[in-house]
Order: sequence, then structure tokens, then C-alpha cells
Amino acid sequence: MALKTGASFVKLNAFRRAARLLSTRTRPETAQNGGGKIAEFPGARAPYVSEMKFFNETSYEPIPIYRVMDNNGQIIDKNEEPNLDKATLINMYKTMVQLSHMDKILYESQRQGRISFYMTNYGEEGIHIGSASALSPKDLVFSQYREVGVFLYRGMTVTELVNQCYGNCEDPGKGRQMPVHYGSKHHNMVTISSPLGTQMPQAVGAAYAYKRVPNNDRCVICYFGDGAASEGDAHAAFNFAATLDCPVIMLCRNNGYAISTPTSEQYRGDGIASRGPALGLHTLRVDGTDTLAVHNAVKRARDFTVANNKPVLIEAMAYRVGHHSTSDDSSAYRSVEEIQKWTKDESPLQKFKLYLEHKGYWDAETEKAWSKEARDTVVRTMQEAEKKKKPNWKEMLEDVYYEMPPRLQKQMKQMEEHLKKYPEHYPLNQHESD
Amino acid sequence: MALKSSPAVLGMLTRLSRRSFATSKALASKPVTVRDALNQAIDEEMERDEKVFVLGEEVAQYDGAYKVTRGLWKKYGDKRVIDTPITEAGFAGIAVGAAFAGLKPICEFMTFNFSMQAIDHIINSAAKTFYMSAGTVPVPIVFRGPNGAASGVAAQHSQCFGAWYSHCPGLKVLMPYSAEDAKGLLKAAIRDPDPVVMLEDEIMYGIPFPMSDEAQSKDFVLPIGKAKVEREGRHITLVCAGRGTDTALKAAEQLAGSKGIECEVVNLRTIRPMDFDTIARSIAKTHHLITVEQGWPQSGIGAEICARVMESPSFFELDAPVWRVCGADVPMPYARTLEAHAVPGPADVVDAVTNVLGNKISAVQAQ
Repeated sequence: MALKTGASFVKLNAFRRAARLLSTRTRPETAQNGGGKIAEFPGARAPYVSEMKFFNETSYEPIPIYRVMDNNGQIIDKNEEPNLDKATLINMYKTMVQLSHMDKILYESQRQGRISFYMTNYGEEGIHIGSASALSPKDLVFSQYREVGVFLYRGMTVTELVNQCYGNCEDPGKGRQMPVHYGSKHHNMVTISSPLGTQMPQAVGAAYAYKRVPNNDRCVICYFGDGAASEGDAHAAFNFAATLDCPVIMLCRNNGYAISTPTSEQYRGDGIASRGPALGLHTLRVDGTDTLAVHNAVKRARDFTVANNKPVLIEAMAYRVGHHSTSDDSSAYRSVEEIQKWTKDESPLQKFKLYLEHKGYWDAETEKAWSKEARDTVVRTMQEAEKKKKPNWKEMLEDVYYEMPPRLQKQMKQMEEHLKKYPEHYPLNQHESD
Repeated sequence: MALKSSPAVLGMLTRLSRRSFATSKALASKPVTVRDALNQAIDEEMERDEKVFVLGEEVAQYDGAYKVTRGLWKKYGDKRVIDTPITEAGFAGIAVGAAFAGLKPICEFMTFNFSMQAIDHIINSAAKTFYMSAGTVPVPIVFRGPNGAASGVAAQHSQCFGAWYSHCPGLKVLMPYSAEDAKGLLKAAIRDPDPVVMLEDEIMYGIPFPMSDEAQSKDFVLPIGKAKVEREGRHITLVCAGRGTDTALKAAEQLAGSKGIECEVVNLRTIRPMDFDTIARSIAKTHHLITVEQGWPQSGIGAEICARVMESPSFFELDAPVWRVCGADVPMPYARTLEAHAVPGPADVVDAVTNVLGNKISAVQAQ
């Protein structure tokens, strides 16, 4: 990067020394910082220059995008093809298909008034499954809200996810959260929290806790979007991950939009990846529509973070095919042509399917059969979920504190007595009873 | 943003020496400053449980902006006492994440005024997570630091956050007064599995209090949610916390001397969960109530106490309406004379007591 011309410098120095010997001045010279060449400030160690030059986002080449497959599912460099066995690859693809069917049906069910809210994951299935398949089940996951594929891959069932959307009595989240705010202690997935970006310093803190354990073999992964990366928390998280040496993978899903804000209005620099080296993080930019590329990237990142207790920033480039959520209509701010282009040409499912077909692991028949099964699973699960009761009303007062305080105990008892007296005024049959 | 210059701290200390404090006459048992009591509490809990660690600005090598963590970095090292970059939102978030993963962080805010930059993490990440995760993710974190008015630090460094934090379910909020309060409550807070906000007082840090032998033991823990009757009386109840307790005690002293009015001073110690039973018992005895706090009147701690009295049988025990003595409803002025008037002093409490007891003072004295 810097201009290194030292030749003329040496001659000047010799001349100056000679001039000093000949001079009649007696004032001693002040020592030069770094001998006048490389300055040693506490804040930076860098060469001095006499020519002023502004650096901006175009001074550096954009960070290149790593990929393994082309849009036809063909491996570009054979050395980069990951050694995944047939069963794993098929499981990965099936999970992606399951996710897209679940998205479609649950989105429709919100439109029909069956659930209150939903967010789809179209276009980012490759990021979910590519990353999840490269992690150990012991690694802790902090997500934002558009990472359902990671939950599915880790073993959360469609039933559990649909139950959470319906907030029924079998919801592992006890009906406390909006739909898609999944969590599972058993699967090492921290319950999703709505405020954007807050999961980032939390993830770094959790990684800090892990690295303190001797012989630690766990890392933490934190998913966040291009919009969330603008939060102050993001900067703090990157900075702390680096200064506190935390084994954390910060994975940015750059899908081009934050609700209606395109990335051209979200930031001026070279994406989120450019912030990594600036804050001292090992950084990689990857094609998020290429499942194998994401897998390789996360695998390499994981090995690195656990071995070195240092963070990694991965920016996975993708496109948000669907609306932000059921509360959004993206045709208000982008063209149908743009959406269609990305759906058709850059579909992660398409690419991965073609790869599997090239390898002879998948064909039109298995596609048809699995599509049907995936769809039926969701429909059946939804029908069952709807019939299930809501959680016991007492859950409203539980878990506010570790131990229920006397005030809430009193209120619970009062409510119990009230319900005993006037049961016909309350929809008790809709809720689970003791 | 942050007040870090030593000249300012020294300025505060010189003004400090001109104040007088209501400390117990019997300093015969070993006197310990509030600062040292807090230091002891953190040290003992760190020794007892290696999951406990401290993080914040200047807590390590500088020994703490107010020296509360003095000596801890030297004793426990980088792994247990961490200096953080200047980002309250950042280090509060990290502390919460560490708590999610099983550690027990003590997160220091240089003053609680700066906690506003992290308040999303305190409320949305810490207070609500146990509930929203269906009881699977406890958050055993302590947020601590000086709260309320100091001396000559103006509007952005003088706010009392007792009302703000005690508003939220999921948090426990403590406000110690004496050195014993400080030590016992902080130890309880660190051991508690719920997120706790510990609102200390910068002016009180340097004040010595007698510490009983029991309080000096490593297992001395005060119960969270229990108030203490600092002074017994039969004419009127003064409910207070933190530095308000000091103000109330001084006023009680004056009233006992000049007018023969005996005030019962109830030091809340815990703002949430509030020990209303102790207040109720006291009202049943005195039939008059005043609340004393440094925070602003609207939606304050005094307002909450009044509401609870109104909604309980204690209402019928009152012989007069409750009065709140609060900080003036203005951002804290800088001028020293104005600052003194913006914060309740003993004279204000004496005034309030006189008004509440009204012209029944002679009747009260005759009892």
C-alpha cells in the first residue's frame, strides 16, 4: 500500500551528517521519532510521508468474494470442493427445501389470520445450511431472526417451530414471544431478541466466557444483517472481539436490504467486510448463494477461532428474495424484475440441486417426492398446532425472576380464586389447565 | 461524556469535607468507608466464586474511577478484572452475553447517567431474557456504580435512576446507605441469579460507618427486599433510601431536639422488590408518612409508595396525606448555591414533617 522509495533518503542523510560536522552551530538536535522514517506513536506505527493523500473507500480494491460453484452447480476449482458424504449433502439439501416449504405455508397462514406474524428466508437458505453444517452442535448460536435454516439443521423440528409461531402449549418458548423468535437451550441456540444488533456484543461476551474454560473446543457464531451492522453495538462487538481475543464468528448476511433501505443508503464503504481488517479481525467475503462456499468459509473460520481464540468476520453476500416480513410489501421499493432475476439466476437451492444432480445424488423423482413430503409435513403440523391449546395462563407470571416474588405469588393466588368463582367469563378451555 | 479528570474529583473531595454526615456516634467498632465495604464485598465474592468477574471503564489499572475496585486487578489479574473500551452499550452487552454463557459479571458504570447508553441491554437483554427464554437463560449479572447527584457535576452527571430501573419487572434494584448496607447488599446481589442494579452514591463512598463483627464476616449477606428501621419513632414515618436516608436521619435528629418530634426512619435498602410490610407496620404505629428521595417527583419512588399506601389498608391508618420530599423538578443546575437547593436537605424534610403533622404538633408532643 505505502510508497517505499528509500534510495534518495540515504544520500541526503549522509550529506546532512557531513554538514553538521562542518557547521559552527552548537545546538544539539532533537531525536527524531522512529529515526524520521517509521513513526512510533502509541496509537499507530506507520511511515511518515510528505505528500498528503486522502484515503477513502475506493483507495483499496473491494474485498473479493469466495465461491466454489458457478450458477450451474459446477465446481470451479476441484481443490475447493468440500469432502462431504452423500448422506450429509442430501440432508443439507432436504433441509433447505423443507425450509422453503415451511416459509411459504407459514407466510400464507399469517395472511389467513392464523398466526400474527412471519418472516421468510428466501434466498438465504444457502447461508443457513452452509454455516450450520460446518459447526459443531456444541457451538453457541446467536441469531437475528432470518436464520431458521440453522435451527432446522440443528434438529429443531418443524413441529417445534410451528408451535412457537402459534404460541401453543407445546411451544418450547411457552408462548412468550412473537413468531419466529425461536430459541432452544438443548440445541445451543440463544432465544432470539428483537432489538437489532444486541446479540453481537452478547455473542462476544459468551465467547469470552468459553475461552476461559481450559481446553475449550467451542466457538460462538453470531448472525446479523447488513442493516443491523449499522448499530453501535456492531462496532463495539467487533472491537471487543478483537481486543479481548474471543473465539467468535461474526457472520453478516448481506442481503441487500434492511426493510426498505438498500445497502447503497445503509453504508458508503465496501460493505461490512471492509470494517473487519480496520478493527483487527480476520475477514472473509463469500458468495452466500453458494452453499458449499459458505460451508468452507465457516469451517475454516471455526478451526481458526477455536485454535487461536481470535474472532473472524464473514460477510455472506446474498439477496433477500422475500419481503422483510408479513408487515412489508417490498414491491413498494424495488422492481419485480430485480426480484425475479435474483430468484431465477442466483437461487441457492437451484445451485445446490444442480450440484447434487451432477454427482448423481438427486434427480427429478426424488425432488418431487421430497417436495411433497416437506409440504405435507408443514401442513399436517399446522393443522395439529392449531388444535392445541394455549399455554397455562399461569405462565404469564412465571420466570419474571428466578424465584417468584411474593407479590406475583399473591397475584397468582388472587387470579386462581377469581377464576374458580367466575370460570364461565374466561376462555379457560382454550388454555392448558394444571 | 464521562467525568474522568482528577481535578474534578479533588474539587468534589474538598467540598465533601465541608459537609457533615449523620453517622452513628459509636465509632468504637471498626469504622469502614462505603467504598471499602464495596471493595471487600467484590473481593470476597471473587475469591469465593471464580465465575465472578468485574468489567468497566478504568476498573483495572486505574483501580476504578472512584477507587471502588482498588487492588482487585493487582490481585486477580486481566482474566477477572477487565478494562473496557469506551462503549457502555458494548460492554453492557458483552457482560450480558457472558452471563448468558454462565459467568457472573459485575458491570460497572462510571456513573449511572452513562448507563442510559446501555439501557437497552439492561432492560431488553438482561431484565427480560429469563422470561422470554421460557426460564432457560438466567442472567446473573450485577450492574453497579454511583447514582444521583454528586457535587458540581451539573445536569448530565446528576440524575437519579431509582425510579427508571425499579419500574421494570425482571430487575432487582438496590440502594444502599451505610457501609453495612453496601457490603451486605452487594454480596447478595452478586450471589443472586437475577439481574440486579446496585445504585450507589458517590458522596457516600468516603463516609466511614461502624461495621459490626458480624458484618465483617465473609458470609455476611443482607436479604434483598427487606427494609431496615434506622431510627425508631412514634410520631411520623420517614421512608427513604441511599443518601435520602442520611438526609432523613439528620432531619430526625433536628426534630427530636428542637420540637420533640420522634421520627421513625425506614431505610428501604431495596427499591424493587419493595418491602411494603415494614412501611405498613410503621404507618400503623405513627399514622403519618413522608417519603424522601433525591429523584424528581413525577413517577418517582415516593409516588410508588403513595400509590401502594392508597391501595392498602394502610390508607386508613393515615391521619394526614402523605408528602413526598424530592429533588427539584429541573435538570440539575451547576451553580453550587442552586445545586444545594435542587436536592432535598434536612431543612426540607423538617419543613415537610412540620406541615404534615400540621397544628397537631402540640397534641403529638403530649402523647
